[in-house]
Amino acid sequence: MAAVRTSSEIGLNRVAIVAVLVVTIIFLAPIYWIASTAFKPRNLATTIPPTVVFQPEISPFVKLFTKRSQMRSPPTPEEYAAAPWWERVVFDGGEKIVRDGKGQVQWSGYPSRFLNSLIIAITSTVLAVGMGTFTAYGFSRFKVKGEADLLFFILSTRMLPPVVVAIPMFLMYRAVGLNDSHIGLIILYTAFNLSFSVWLMKGFMDEIPKEYEEAALVDGYTRMEAFFKIVLPEAATGIAATAVFCFITAWNEYAFALIMTNRRAQTAPPFIPSQVGSGLPDWTVIAAGTFLFLLPVAIFTFLLRNHLLRGMSFGAIRK
Amino acid sequence: MTQIELRGVQKFFGAVQVIKDLNLKISDNEFIVLLGQSGCGKTTTLRAIAGLETIDEGDILIDGKPIQHLKAADRDIAMVFQSFSLYPHMSVYENIAFPLRATRKSKAEIEQEVRSVAKTLQISELLDKKPSALSGGDMQRVAIGRALVRRPKAMLMDEPIGALDAKLREEMRAEIKRLHIKQGSTTIYVTHDQIEAMSLADRIVIMHEGVLQQVGSPDEVYSRPANLFVAQFVGSPVMNVADAAVAETASSVSVMVGGAAAGFEFPRALLSKLNGHAGGQLALGIRPEGVLIRRDAADGFLPVETQIVEPLGSFDIVDLKVGSKMLRARTKSGFVSGPGEKVFARIDPAQAHFFDTASGKSLGVRL
Repeated sequence: MAAVRTSSEIGLNRVAIVAVLVVTIIFLAPIYWIASTAFKPRNLATTIPPTVVFQPEISPFVKLFTKRSQMRSPPTPEEYAAAPWWERVVFDGGEKIVRDGKGQVQWSGYPSRFLNSLIIAITSTVLAVGMGTFTAYGFSRFKVKGEADLLFFILSTRMLPPVVVAIPMFLMYRAVGLNDSHIGLIILYTAFNLSFSVWLMKGFMDEIPKEYEEAALVDGYTRMEAFFKIVLPEAATGIAATAVFCFITAWNEYAFALIMTNRRAQTAPPFIPSQVGSGLPDWTVIAAGTFLFLLPVAIFTFLLRNHLLRGMSFGAIRK
Repeated sequence: MTQIELRGVQKFFGAVQVIKDLNLKISDNEFIVLLGQSGCGKTTTLRAIAGLETIDEGDILIDGKPIQHLKAADRDIAMVFQSFSLYPHMSVYENIAFPLRATRKSKAEIEQEVRSVAKTLQISELLDKKPSALSGGDMQRVAIGRALVRRPKAMLMDEPIGALDAKLREEMRAEIKRLHIKQGSTTIYVTHDQIEAMSLADRIVIMHEGVLQQVGSPDEVYSRPANLFVAQFVGSPVMNVADAAVAETASSVSVMVGGAAAGFEFPRALLSKLNGHAGGQLALGIRPEGVLIRRDAADGFLPVETQIVEPLGSFDIVDLKVGSKMLRARTKSGFVSGPGEKVFARIDPAQAHFFDTASGKSLGVRL
């Protein structure tokens, strides 16, 4: 039976739609700003009022990936004609790409930082979610002595602001030689995400009826087999949701990355703002770096969106 | 050939003893129903046999071999859960094939066995569906199929139709019975529904607070309850139980109920059968169909007044005031027009039970 809606309900509905639109615009505005700046010519990036209509350029991305230097004089027509398209766009901006003695293009620091971010965020996410899933299963299914205290202790590791432990952590890391190493940040992010992962996964595990495993146990499987064949597929939604949260935390982490790394294992978040300081800030390049940096999380979240939607409402709906 | 035996089984949950010294022998092909209220230990007993609970003392034997230390997987027992527990991420086919995949069977063998079980249960056309697309009855059939496919030594069923609606429950009850007759595997079935127990069981095991109360065929537990608990738990409407006093009259024995002045007439043989209990704490138990009523006075009938009449379709249940006690009688529908009617009642001595109120035990009186 269709519910009859009163005019006040329709009015409320309209207000809600407008409110959602406003909030969406507020949330999307910075992303639009980053994306548009990443494709702007340098001279239009900082105009007041902002330039909205412009011919998009690829040059910020070329500059992002290459080492450049200022040119005293413009390139000769021969030089310009011989250069590939991506070098010409740099020439157009009054800069040139630095090459080594053999004429090889010198990369900027960005690609390696981006790769570091990927390695560290993915590895720590896999570890945190993996260990969290096992731990949560244990807490959910077995009688653990002092379960409530242990779970509280696990959560309490998140109660301290990370900055408070940053300096002691730095000193400890330096003492054991873990500073500026991939493994160091991976351990740090895994530890940081683990408490979150355990708590979130415990909620999901509690939702999976234990009869499923019991059925598998009676059907001739060991508990381990039952875990992998029955519990894990059932927990996929929770694992996906937890993985997204852990990945976003590790991917976006700034403070520890800034303190613990400087070159070899530096991730993108501390690297991008460091470019502001070198010479005149080229905001288009910074925007391009930020824009690319947003993509993995967006892609990851998009791929897991179906799981995520169920994951968010998991437990809220009685089956 | 599968015999299951429980010997002196004890189980504690912390300080609470949920199974108290349980002894039970189940013979091959027998359909045993564990019946009792929730919390009586019946499900724990079933889970202990399945290997999902450990026991604190005693032995569980299958074909004479103790199995209480074996893992569930090694006991070769199948179980059907109340929630069906069909794996949601697998198709019906995969669900049924799942127990076979734990064995070293070839793909072709597995396929053949799954299809054969599906045919028996008439679910062949459902094999490609996911459990979420099935009706309650079909989920039930798949769950039974998953249990049957391995040809286990024994089938355990934990309130398998408790989650279904009344009509479907009746259908499935018949189907489970048909299947058991056809497949003939030793089955232990847990329920709190005495109608289910009566209709399915070869023998019913009645449990209360962890203690086995009575084991017997449906007819035995109905017509010869071992104690007050069984008497009042089995049968619907519930058996009338009232404190009774026995007095000898000139020609017979009179049994006064609920402190009434006049008693119901019983044969003299009652006295010797009560065997000295006549003066003690005595309770009379009589099922509603054992309370006979008529409109006109007759020998041995006491005048009583009707109180509430519950028409139940094929018969009526009439409350009769006897002394301070209410006796419920079963009558033809419409026999009593309403409350306040004067009728005459007597108790059929052949259907009467006598219990020792102190111990609750039946005195085993048969007249």
